[in-house]
Amino acid sequence: MTDMTMDAPEPLDFGAMLKEAGITAGVMLLLAFFMVGFKTLDVTGGIAIEYQFGSVVMVGFLGFVGRIGLILLRENRPFPVLVITAPFAILAILLLLSTIISALFGSAPSTTLRTVFDFFSPFPALPVTVMIYLVVSIIAIRSLIAFLHSRQHEAATASRLARADQLGATVKNLSRFLGPLLLVLAVIFPFTDMATRQYLDIGILVLTYVMLGWGLNIVVGLAGLLDLGYVAFYAVGAYSYALLAAYFGVSFWICLPFAGIMAAFAGVMLGFPVLRLRGDYLAIVTLGFGEMVRVILLNWYEFTGGPDGLSGIPRPSFFGLPFKRYPAEGTESFHTFFDLDYSSSHRVIFLYFLILALAMLTNLFTSRIRKLPIGRAWEALREDEIASRSLGINPRNTKLTAFGIGAMFAGFAGSFFATRQGFISPESFTFIESAVILAIVVLGGFGSQLGVVIAAIILIGLPEAFRDLQNYRMLAFGMSMVLIMIWRPAGLLAFREPTIRLFAKKAHQAGDGK
Amino acid sequence: MLGTYEYFVSQLINGVSLGAIYGLIAIGYTMVYGIIGMINFAHGEVFMIGSFISLITFLVLGTLGITWVPLALLIMLIMTMVFTSIYGWALERVAYRPLRGSPRLAALITAIGMSIFLQNYVQLLQSARPKPMQPLIRGGFEILHSMTPDGKDYIVSLSYLQCIIIVLTLILMIVFTTIINKTRLGRAQRACEQDGKMAALIGVNVDRTISLTFVMGSALASVAGLIFLVNYGVIDFYIGFLAGVKAFTAAVLGGIGSLPGAMLGGLLIGLIETFWSGYFTVEYKDVATFGILVLVLIFRPTGLLGKPDIEKV
Repeated sequence: MTDMTMDAPEPLDFGAMLKEAGITAGVMLLLAFFMVGFKTLDVTGGIAIEYQFGSVVMVGFLGFVGRIGLILLRENRPFPVLVITAPFAILAILLLLSTIISALFGSAPSTTLRTVFDFFSPFPALPVTVMIYLVVSIIAIRSLIAFLHSRQHEAATASRLARADQLGATVKNLSRFLGPLLLVLAVIFPFTDMATRQYLDIGILVLTYVMLGWGLNIVVGLAGLLDLGYVAFYAVGAYSYALLAAYFGVSFWICLPFAGIMAAFAGVMLGFPVLRLRGDYLAIVTLGFGEMVRVILLNWYEFTGGPDGLSGIPRPSFFGLPFKRYPAEGTESFHTFFDLDYSSSHRVIFLYFLILALAMLTNLFTSRIRKLPIGRAWEALREDEIASRSLGINPRNTKLTAFGIGAMFAGFAGSFFATRQGFISPESFTFIESAVILAIVVLGGFGSQLGVVIAAIILIGLPEAFRDLQNYRMLAFGMSMVLIMIWRPAGLLAFREPTIRLFAKKAHQAGDGK
Repeated sequence: MLGTYEYFVSQLINGVSLGAIYGLIAIGYTMVYGIIGMINFAHGEVFMIGSFISLITFLVLGTLGITWVPLALLIMLIMTMVFTSIYGWALERVAYRPLRGSPRLAALITAIGMSIFLQNYVQLLQSARPKPMQPLIRGGFEILHSMTPDGKDYIVSLSYLQCIIIVLTLILMIVFTTIINKTRLGRAQRACEQDGKMAALIGVNVDRTISLTFVMGSALASVAGLIFLVNYGVIDFYIGFLAGVKAFTAAVLGGIGSLPGAMLGGLLIGLIETFWSGYFTVEYKDVATFGILVLVLIFRPTGLLGKPDIEKV
């Protein structure tokens, strides 16, 4: 047994394997028994119930088979798993693609694929089918990875984390080139053929979340304050702009800084009493604050329009030139000023660049402020509050600035959101939004600016592209949050290093030429 | 105008039964927090699943012809406790155990992801419409009887249902406290809470203890789900979120990690919410709850019954 040449895997212990798989199947059966086995039906005058035990049995069976697959993977035998799961995964991917293609080009989905799919998925309950296909695809991908790396052994968690760290470091070194490259891509994107209305809208949405992620990164990533109510400041910004525009007719460009100031003020107001609380207490209070803001917006009917929201929010102008086909008498609009043909996409492209500029502003601000004394004080507080206090950093004021500045960027993003939508209601500012923004920051790896972009594309862009799958979108969203965290607990591009070091590394010294 | 005293008493009764629900959920939060230091954000969804399992059991019993209420309630109670515990167990096993020892925020994000997943899972399988249920238990004791000035009777009654809720909650509390204070499992649990590594060294099976913590927390949350169902008569896939947040607030209010604190916090949150709705405005009851939480935390940052922890340098 001490033979370390692991090329020939150890013989399988079939008894233990069957036992483990049997337990999994049992648990799956029990889990599925009520939720899958019975379906409540809405009938007039109450609810009735429908039995779907076929699905339950299938779930149990697949739990058994799936567990055996996972055990085989663990025991370093990915090939049979790959052979069995790959057809299903390919089928699922093909079906997904055909759905997307048919949605994009308006043609009917392929019926042959659909028939094959139906043949291989004999469950009455569609949600179960979808979930099973998701799981099978994941196992297939894992076995493919394992197969490709079959010479290497399952690395221990520590070395896996070290590798992730290494990746983060590599990306950080690359980010000098990667960041500008992405920026250039983002700038030329609207002028390419790919930029249909739909993709531009997705681009705007992703950029909004990137901006929010970068803003929250100041609070969570740099200052280490867990904020679960970030969306409240986003709402404050949005409503500030909407109300100012509605009551005083102030233009977007004047409102933008004002909305930021209002949100920062709200941040300071909240932060003042609560910032001396520790981690989780702070989290729940900020969550409560987010809910409070939403409830107030919902119920202060006279001022905020309650659940109906505010509509008719003025659209932004190109520094005073409106995007209208027929400008008012004696004024010029964007297309007449620049002598272009009128196109409704001008405004969308303008909005795209506006949010790109705002997001880049946030990024620039963050990367600069990290190097200022205040930024260093944030990082010091995050690492050790007591030590930094003993060095004369005022924890409350330092945290307040982080909170206020983070809130300010949310306010900017909020007023952009209001002007883009033209309509806002409390519906847009629920807790789930805060959770999504926090998830972007955490999944990206704290403090990693590029990680936020990648996480935003994964979490916002992809589900948006799969909008046709409706409810399954959120299911996959929750599942992917869990899976990414299990796979990379420190975030996709985790690489946490203080911005400055007391003693520079040797490599840097060598660079200085001594 | 109603008699103020009578009105007060009836609000008090409602508040206590709401508080029982929050308290039962809060215990799950506080235990999990105590033992592995994470906010199990999906615990509210476990409560919601418990509620759905109760409803489905009730419907199945109806088709089987079991309509004698005490028996039906008992079966619902047992079924929901057993099956919801399995959900709690699986939740820990699948989503949280692989993340033990990783950054705290990672666990929180996983929990939020799991919460979103479970909500959509139930929504897809059982549809998004609210599920109504006819009242199971009618009638009650008359505890106060007075005449309003315009000659109408004003009766404050303690319904049988509310009696059952209070008695059930008390029994569960007693059983639960006994488990924690007297049994081997409880001792293991307290040991893990104080120092997991040390407990493992002296032979406590930490993994098993944590699993059982989730099982117990889920069982209590499922009872809260059953109470919610029979008390309010309508559930949907979204009830877990708000109840979860309120219950967590309750746990923090009482001092997170403290079991009597969770119960006290739940009771207080239930009372605050009911009295605020009764005397002021229903719409702002959540604002009042969170406002009071903020106030308590400012003046007593570790909650009402929480032990102040000493920060070591």
